[in-house]
Amino acid sequence: MRRLVKRREAVLVVLLVAEMAAMQWLSPLFLTAENLIEVVRQSAEIGLIALAMTLVIITAGIDLSVGSIVGLSIMVMGMLWADAGLPLFLAALLALLTGTILGGFNGILITLVGIPPLIVTLATMAGFRGIALGMSQARSIRNFPEQFLQLGQGYVLGIPVQVWILAIAALLFHVALTRTGWGRSVFSVGANEAAARLSGVPVSWVKLQVYMLSGFMSALAAVIYAAHVSVAKPDAGLGFELTAITAVVLGGTAISGGEGGVLGSLVALLMVGFLRSGLTLARVPSEAQDMMVGLLLIVVVAIDRWSRWVETR
Amino acid sequence: MTSKQSPPLRLTIWRQYGREMSVGVFLLLLLGYFGSTPGFLRAENLRDILINAAPLVIAACGMTMVIVAGMIDISAGSALAVCAVVAGITAKAGAPLPLMLLLPMLTGAAIGAVNGWLVAWLRVPAIIVTLGMMSVLRGGIIWWTRGEWIGNLPPSFSAIGRGEVVGVPTPVVIALGVVLFVALLLARTPFGRHIYAVGGNPVAAARMGISVRRVLWLVFMLHGMLLGLSAVVYASRFSVIQSNAGIGFELLAISAVVVGGVNIFGGQGTVWGSALGALLLQVIGTGLIFRRVSEYWAPSVQGALVLLAVVTDALRTRRAGQ
Repeated sequence: MRRLVKRREAVLVVLLVAEMAAMQWLSPLFLTAENLIEVVRQSAEIGLIALAMTLVIITAGIDLSVGSIVGLSIMVMGMLWADAGLPLFLAALLALLTGTILGGFNGILITLVGIPPLIVTLATMAGFRGIALGMSQARSIRNFPEQFLQLGQGYVLGIPVQVWILAIAALLFHVALTRTGWGRSVFSVGANEAAARLSGVPVSWVKLQVYMLSGFMSALAAVIYAAHVSVAKPDAGLGFELTAITAVVLGGTAISGGEGGVLGSLVALLMVGFLRSGLTLARVPSEAQDMMVGLLLIVVVAIDRWSRWVETR
Repeated sequence: MTSKQSPPLRLTIWRQYGREMSVGVFLLLLLGYFGSTPGFLRAENLRDILINAAPLVIAACGMTMVIVAGMIDISAGSALAVCAVVAGITAKAGAPLPLMLLLPMLTGAAIGAVNGWLVAWLRVPAIIVTLGMMSVLRGGIIWWTRGEWIGNLPPSFSAIGRGEVVGVPTPVVIALGVVLFVALLLARTPFGRHIYAVGGNPVAAARMGISVRRVLWLVFMLHGMLLGLSAVVYASRFSVIQSNAGIGFELLAISAVVVGGVNIFGGQGTVWGSALGALLLQVIGTGLIFRRVSEYWAPSVQGALVLLAVVTDALRTRRAGQ
């Protein structure tokens, strides 16, 4: 199983290199340091979400509400700062807390009440977005202090701040997933829940933690996103769940749970980012890009299924 | 279902249609609640609610089959937009009425056939297939129309959405017809029973000699066809067709089905429940406008309603299981 995942990651890296070569051929502007760094910067927020989404999907779950958690926590931060007059630092911390609580709400309905994750997060996707829109009456909050904007627009050693954050988070997630007992329990919950329970894994607790983590990472993405685009709007994060799930599944994490890894998700996310950037340079409209990303998802999973089917014969 | 002694008739009816009846009662309570707002219970307004609910009711019927079969379709909103654009283009080309209905339905069926083929034969999970299909269709339709609206629709097209059949608005007639058709299909035909069997336990269904693949494929195709019909009813009510039509429509359809008591794990539920669920969502939507609640809160109310429905279900099943 491990080998299969490794192989998938290797295939992705090869594909990524081939794709970059093709893009370079399409446009000489593609392989410039600025463009590459810009693509990674654009992917950073969704990358943070995709890390946690990988864990959610490894436990055989799904979280469609991440985009709405971004919208709600960004408004919590913005309104606490602009309306309630809290210091921005404190408002951002409370936004992170909000995200964690929202994720915990999903987790409790999934574990304690036993509703399928797809339905819970489909409902909270609408619910959280509605609260974000309702409490802000769809207004935007701007004029964040310059120091805060550095979080999404600044550089450290020539690399964007949020790329550092993503890299550190990716490392933490990778180590936690592959080198700790907790990581093993995440895999065992997704591979065979009944067996995990019998061998003493606190299944409900692990799942609850994973959904809380997903909420927390979405809120972290929200804070960075606000600094990145200099505005807090309640429709922030619309569609993030699609890109994140696409990246995770393209990255080789099985939607049925039990196998996968965060590095594959990130490589796949970059692949999608580079594809879009190259196509943009080649003047392909963004709607056509959406189409291709959707096709890519279906084709890659279909080929994966087909090859497994051939292997088992 | 598995009890040895047959319970009294009253209990059977309650067990079989309990959910439909409780949704119905809830609907009446809501009508009473919103009824205190002046103008809400006027015949004109109630008629508008029924007309506005018609596309959702039609789509919820197809979605019921999909969810009863243990599947899901989140590309429904994008498929609705594609079918609506096809309907608009057909109508503008001066096609006769049957063609205006047939082409969008065929388009929907073709989309459903692709989804169903990927799900049934390649065994790609429905959530992945329809997630991908959602971007493919939405991106494709905006690309194709260049985001422009289709206007200047001929009167013969608008007649579908604004017309009447013996005093009853045409959309309502179509929706009623679809509910009856799907209800009969599910309850009275072998194919309907196969859908329940496949959704309840695909392995057992295959052992019984049911071709699971064929059933799933047909379910997706029929669902697509109904989406095409829903798109015609939806589009013909407005004077323009937008390529961003139907964003979030899949959520509404799934909500209607879940509120209507269809088991999200498949194998259980009726189309009557889904139709009532769709009506309930529409009544709440209109009611909130009458109560002057900002429309921004509407998605929260919808989400809360779905959670209420599934939590009640889960607790009820748990109690029954003990």
